[in-house]
Amino acid sequence: MKTAVEIANDVQTGATTAVAQLDAAYVAIEARNAELNVFLHLDKEGARKIAQAIDARVAAGENIGPLAGVPIAIKDNLCQTGIPTTCSSKILEGWKPPYNATVIDRLVAAGAVPVGKTNLDEFAMGSSTENSAFGPTRNPLDPSRVPGGSSGGSAAAVAGDMTSISLGSDTGGSIRQPAAFCGIVGMKPTYGLVSRYGLIAFASSLDQIGPFSKTVMDSAVLLEAIAGHDPLDSTSLPEPSPSLVSHVNDGVAGKRIGLVKELYEGADESVINAVMGAVAALKEAGAQIVELSIPELRLGLSAYYLIAPAEASSNLARFDGVRFGLRVDAEDVTAMMEATRTAGFGAEVKRRIMLGTYALSAGYYDAYYGQALKVRTLTINAFQKAYAQVDMLIGATTPGVAFKFGAKSDPMEMYLNDVFTIPTNLAGDPAVSVSFGKGEENLPIGVQLLGPGRSEASLYAAARVLEIADGRS
Amino acid sequence: MTLPEGWELVVGMEVHTELLTKSKLFCGCENHFGSEPNTNICPICLGLPGSLPVLNKDAVELAMRIGMALNCTIAPSTFHRKNYFYPDQSKDYQISQYDLPINSNGYLNLPDGSQVTIERAHMEEDTGKSTHLGGSGRLAGADRSLVDYNRCGVPLVEIVSGPDIRSSEQARAYASELRGILIATGASDGRLEEGSMRFDANVSVRKTGDPLGTRCEIKNLNSLRSLQRAIDYEAARQVELILDGGTVRQETRHWDEGLGETSTLRVKEDAEDYRYFREPDLTELVPDQPWQDRVRAALPPMPAARRAKLLERIPSATKAQEDAVVVVIDLDLEHFVNAAADGGAEISIAVSRAANELAAGIDTLSNLTTDAFTQTVLMESKGELSATQSKVVLGELLANGGDPKKIAAEKGFEQMSSDSLGATIDELIAKNPDEWQRYKDGDDKLSQFFVGQAMKVTQGKANGKAVIAELQLRK
Amino acid sequence: MSPSLSRDDVAKVAKLARLRLTEEELTTFTGQLSGVLEHANDMNSLDLSALQPTSNPFGLTNVTREDVIWKSLDRDAVLAEAPDAQDGRFAVPRILGEAP
Repeated sequence: MKTAVEIANDVQTGATTAVAQLDAAYVAIEARNAELNVFLHLDKEGARKIAQAIDARVAAGENIGPLAGVPIAIKDNLCQTGIPTTCSSKILEGWKPPYNATVIDRLVAAGAVPVGKTNLDEFAMGSSTENSAFGPTRNPLDPSRVPGGSSGGSAAAVAGDMTSISLGSDTGGSIRQPAAFCGIVGMKPTYGLVSRYGLIAFASSLDQIGPFSKTVMDSAVLLEAIAGHDPLDSTSLPEPSPSLVSHVNDGVAGKRIGLVKELYEGADESVINAVMGAVAALKEAGAQIVELSIPELRLGLSAYYLIAPAEASSNLARFDGVRFGLRVDAEDVTAMMEATRTAGFGAEVKRRIMLGTYALSAGYYDAYYGQALKVRTLTINAFQKAYAQVDMLIGATTPGVAFKFGAKSDPMEMYLNDVFTIPTNLAGDPAVSVSFGKGEENLPIGVQLLGPGRSEASLYAAARVLEIADGRS
Repeated sequence: MTLPEGWELVVGMEVHTELLTKSKLFCGCENHFGSEPNTNICPICLGLPGSLPVLNKDAVELAMRIGMALNCTIAPSTFHRKNYFYPDQSKDYQISQYDLPINSNGYLNLPDGSQVTIERAHMEEDTGKSTHLGGSGRLAGADRSLVDYNRCGVPLVEIVSGPDIRSSEQARAYASELRGILIATGASDGRLEEGSMRFDANVSVRKTGDPLGTRCEIKNLNSLRSLQRAIDYEAARQVELILDGGTVRQETRHWDEGLGETSTLRVKEDAEDYRYFREPDLTELVPDQPWQDRVRAALPPMPAARRAKLLERIPSATKAQEDAVVVVIDLDLEHFVNAAADGGAEISIAVSRAANELAAGIDTLSNLTTDAFTQTVLMESKGELSATQSKVVLGELLANGGDPKKIAAEKGFEQMSSDSLGATIDELIAKNPDEWQRYKDGDDKLSQFFVGQAMKVTQGKANGKAVIAELQLRK
Repeated sequence: MSPSLSRDDVAKVAKLARLRLTEEELTTFTGQLSGVLEHANDMNSLDLSALQPTSNPFGLTNVTREDVIWKSLDRDAVLAEAPDAQDGRFAVPRILGEAP
């Protein structure tokens, strides 16, 4: 499979056409989608029109953009005009948004061709894509295992060679964890770097859209295309899209990198070995390694599992059967709302709505939600202290490799899978997972690089060093 | 109305006003009353999944203007989500300011000299509107409801007073003064009938000197009249309840204008748990000094200042003149009064004509130029028109416009010469010797008797002042 | 502090959240939610009174937009996505009480 950079180059130079690339993508998708359940909806007609327009513009000698004619898969919690957008929930089945998410407009402006919508844990709540109302997605590397979640479909689209790139969203690890499980690159950008307008909110203060790709360079190209200030998102950072592509090959010479005990302790031995291997590779490339302990990060999980559900309980209130989506009829409007929500939401979504409603309710706010917001401050302060000493941090993305379906039936056990990814979401900082080494049954392992806000360029440079050291040039 | 001896009424007001912005609080949909249902809607105000709010800067500045006009402290503020399920609330939460409002700790001085504290004046979004089908067309007994989201997301400022109001008249004066201020700031059109301003009154009673009693919140007060009536009714109800050995229950009550009664809407135990928390989709609002200064500089004078300025031109004004000045400022008529006074007319006459005749003809005020008003009042001041004639001329000007001199001539209001007036007075003295004697003996009230008689026989052409002058000549 | 979660608490919360739970779900959720809250005790034992809460990671301020009117959505297209509509409005079954 060609990289996005290669496809864009070939389309722009006329070596191939956007339509040919699109056709190839649909062939690849159809070859495995029945088995893997990656896509919930394919927009063949719309995609073809976009591709044809690109080819016409190429023929007219126009410069299309960095993603010229590159097919891309879109997580199904991003709104696209007239395209069914479900969040993998029965409550939104059949709903067609009347507007585009900002990232969709930016992708199309950069020449990309959205091919369809990918499966996820319902409303992005989960770590395995088993919580989809439309069936789980299977890991292309081992279909008996989960692809991770919640962006499991988007990760599988890339790992399964259906598209070279895809978009996911990351609230507590939902890009990095599936990237690790599927052996690809997944970046959770700085909060506010990518507009959330049109991303169906799970937890507004934690959600960020980010890229999946096989290569670090493709990740940088894609992120650069979608990043930058958006007046439709009040929390969008004020500056334009940063320069990332030009820094991918900067290397790590002279960089100080903190190896954080709390970001690998308790992980499987193979995972710890991979992290140590990555550390050695970075040292070899000229980085200085500093061993650190940041005990505050251990509290992140508790804070996250109160803050995210609290925000979700409010964000998901609008799914009430009045204006769009599912309605289950009843005698009066309150009963109708109850019947609709009871029938429309799956168990995990209900669990988190309940948890969040409780955490915000009178008498418990201070003990739970209020305390969690202070732990968030504590986490931010702890990261800041660390970044005063080092340029970036390294650790594992997940405690283990991709697990088998049904392996984590207890919710708390599933939540613990996010322990290494959650702290960066609380801080709003960027982190990238890059595949490095192999674990049991030759399954991929993700190593996580974390940096302070707006440090994506440095993280990509370090990830590129690991990519080369792991044998991918 | 008055409560029984020894009882005191305590009222605090919550006033919601829609802001006169072009677009809604968090989106670019038009903020317009009376559009076709659901034509001013977008993903944001409709609460569609994935949409995000962005705060309207003009709404913030209008809120700041209100705060400044109400002598509030303007402080860094935040938005919260007030969570409750209701079909006219598109997101099933309302974005509102909560513990950190933009305006707090102000006060409002009323024309009668009393002061009401303003606890806060915060921003929030309005809800949509439901129409009920079946039954009587009201909520209760309806089969089905239809929702229009045009109003959903319209900017509101809620102004919360302290429990400082002690009578229904004062409550009305507060609401009226506040309305004047909101109009003067440009924040509101003050149209009660369109729901641009809505009143809630927190009413309690107590024995004088006791701590505050349990309050009831009265909703659905759509006019100054219903505000005053509802408070009177509610105060009487509470006193009667207590005198009968009962206790007032904290609750929300609904005012029925037709029945002239309040009735229970919700008791406090049913209170929703709103689960307020910071709105994560909006940033903190920190109006720095330059921004505040810029807003303050654009603030026009408030009604109280305008009243004071006009009263400066009326030395030792009577109570009636002070009241007339209130009306003149309320109705934005002081440019008529000032023009007439500048043109040499007597200001007391100008104020009186503006507060009465112009106020009555306010709907057709556009027919009247300041120049025509000045000419008319000037003629009256000089005695060329009697008060009655002047009113007739103004009535004609308000109805159809025109030239006051021509109108006066057409109506036959030519000036009465002092010779013919003198002859008329002589006749009246001859006909009424007793009254004349009493007048001569110092009973000044009888001058009005002769003015009245003179008006009658001259069919309103006589000038009252000229009549008195003639009487004094003969005294 | 760790107030333990009862079935009644869970039932109350479900009502607030407009969810209907079966008896079986009530039991399961009570256990599962208690588990999460117990895990949160690691956080609740700390004295964080000196810290300010963080609601949003980067403290942006005064983000506003100009007061400009934009094009609204086409009503018929929006109502076509609605579960029920009548006379240009969204239709719902009867409403039991006034808005709070």
